[in-house]
Amino acid sequence: MRPRRSIVARPAAWLVWGLVAFFFVNLAGVIGSVVVSSFGTRWFDTWLPEGWTADWYSAAWDEFDLLHVLLVTVEVSALVVGISVLIGVPAAYVLARRSFLGRRVLYLLFLLPILMPPITYGIPLATVLYKYGFAGHLSGVVLANLVPSVPFVILTMTPFIEQIDPAIERAARMCGARTRHVFLRILAPLLVPGILAASILVLVRTVGMFELTFLTAGPDSQTLVVALYYSMSAAGIRAQQSVDAMAVIYTSMMLVLVVVALRFVNPTQLVARVKEDVD
Amino acid sequence: MRHSTALRHRLAERGIDRQLLLLVPAAAFVVLLFVYPFLYGVGLSFQPERGGPFSAYREFFADAYQRDTILTTLRLALPAALLNVVASVPIAYRMRGRFRGKRLLTTLLVVPVTLGTVLTAQGLLNFLGPTGWFNRILPGDPVRLTNNYWGVFFSLVITGFPFAFLLVLSYLSGIDPTLERAAATLGAGSWQRFRRITLPLLAPGLATTFCLTFVLAFSVFPSAVLVGDPAGSTRVISIAAYEEAYVRYDYPMAATIAVIMGAVELLVIAAVLGWRSLLYTGSTAGGKG
Repeated sequence: MRPRRSIVARPAAWLVWGLVAFFFVNLAGVIGSVVVSSFGTRWFDTWLPEGWTADWYSAAWDEFDLLHVLLVTVEVSALVVGISVLIGVPAAYVLARRSFLGRRVLYLLFLLPILMPPITYGIPLATVLYKYGFAGHLSGVVLANLVPSVPFVILTMTPFIEQIDPAIERAARMCGARTRHVFLRILAPLLVPGILAASILVLVRTVGMFELTFLTAGPDSQTLVVALYYSMSAAGIRAQQSVDAMAVIYTSMMLVLVVVALRFVNPTQLVARVKEDVD
Repeated sequence: MRHSTALRHRLAERGIDRQLLLLVPAAAFVVLLFVYPFLYGVGLSFQPERGGPFSAYREFFADAYQRDTILTTLRLALPAALLNVVASVPIAYRMRGRFRGKRLLTTLLVVPVTLGTVLTAQGLLNFLGPTGWFNRILPGDPVRLTNNYWGVFFSLVITGFPFAFLLVLSYLSGIDPTLERAAATLGAGSWQRFRRITLPLLAPGLATTFCLTFVLAFSVFPSAVLVGDPAGSTRVISIAAYEEAYVRYDYPMAATIAVIMGAVELLVIAAVLGWRSLLYTGSTAGGKG
């Protein structure tokens, strides 16, 4: 058998890898300049700062009350993940296993909050939440963040549940298990990997969700992204380096989350699931 | 007792039984927190503070400063989404096989997803700014790449490209490699194989990828404020909606802009998906299924 030839000619290959390298070099520049700046003392028209210090981190910690902000972020994300899994997984089960009148309409309804830009439904939603007194508090932020999260859990869990052989459930029923037992004893253990994957993805989305939190948060219920945005758009009052330090804290937190997520989810596989959802 | 059992059976034959109750929380949730606020917003947009039911819409389209935000947004989002998809194709095409370090490379490509808009904005300001590293490497006068169109464009590429790339890669991995080998056996060259076999099979996936990337780019808000020129060349439609709601407290107008924004976005998506449905029937006949 003849060895397989390269599919694209050589110059094209170089061009492609060159593009990738160019993207990564610039990306490294973007990230690197923030990290360097957050550790630098004074940095004006030079390649590197004049000296190095870690003071900006403690300054950012005190100045922006980061402990409180981080606590709020953790609280909001935990609530959003928990509630969206509780609401989403049973719905995903029914959507995966049953066909009934209005199934397609319901599916479309679950797809819409993901397809629409958050600002478009976020502004009316914030108005309604303010009307009923939820917005400005933690509850409003959680409710707003649930809007894209519940459909997200449903859409990622539906294909996952479809993969599970229905014969297992039927066997359990034959042996006399009631619906509750089928769920708790048979399905729940099988669903754990899928639920973990969905929760981590929802967690990453919620920590990174800017628009909805921004529109509904009050001064006491800002998550890290929103606090970061406020600190940056009020530039001039704050030292730029302490904003950089805060951005680095945010990114390291997200990086840890994403690396954990990648242990549970293969990105290409995840996307294949998204593909089925959109079809 | 027997009567109710019979009813239950008849309903069950039509696919309605107690299991459907599991759907109730999710359905109620979507109706309460998505459909109701959305309809409320639509209703609000027809009840402006002054004038008839359509006057908020008329006001929006009569005012060039507001109307142009649609074009500004499309001018940013369409090229950015297109570039992200088009650049992903050759890179993903080279990477679809197995090779050493593939997992590392995909992980590295996921990193920008973690950056978030604010770090990206801050990084772009530092890196591309007049005294940043990029302008130090370039000879000559510093190029102005921040606080204008390009700053926002780059931030859309940095956050959108990894996403588009992962989607395209997964679509490409889903195409049966034997099809290409069959074409090679029949004497097709590398370009012909790509053009005639892979690209038609990939096209529906590309359309979907474009839609999802476009949604991300269309809702650009923080980076348009932070690295852009929010009063001028990058005054995107979400900034206009935000200003009405939180600066001027004109909720009917804000709702109007939100409705217009959603309509424009859905129009673009419907156009792309319509084109895609034309493609798809053709390619299934080619033997993908």
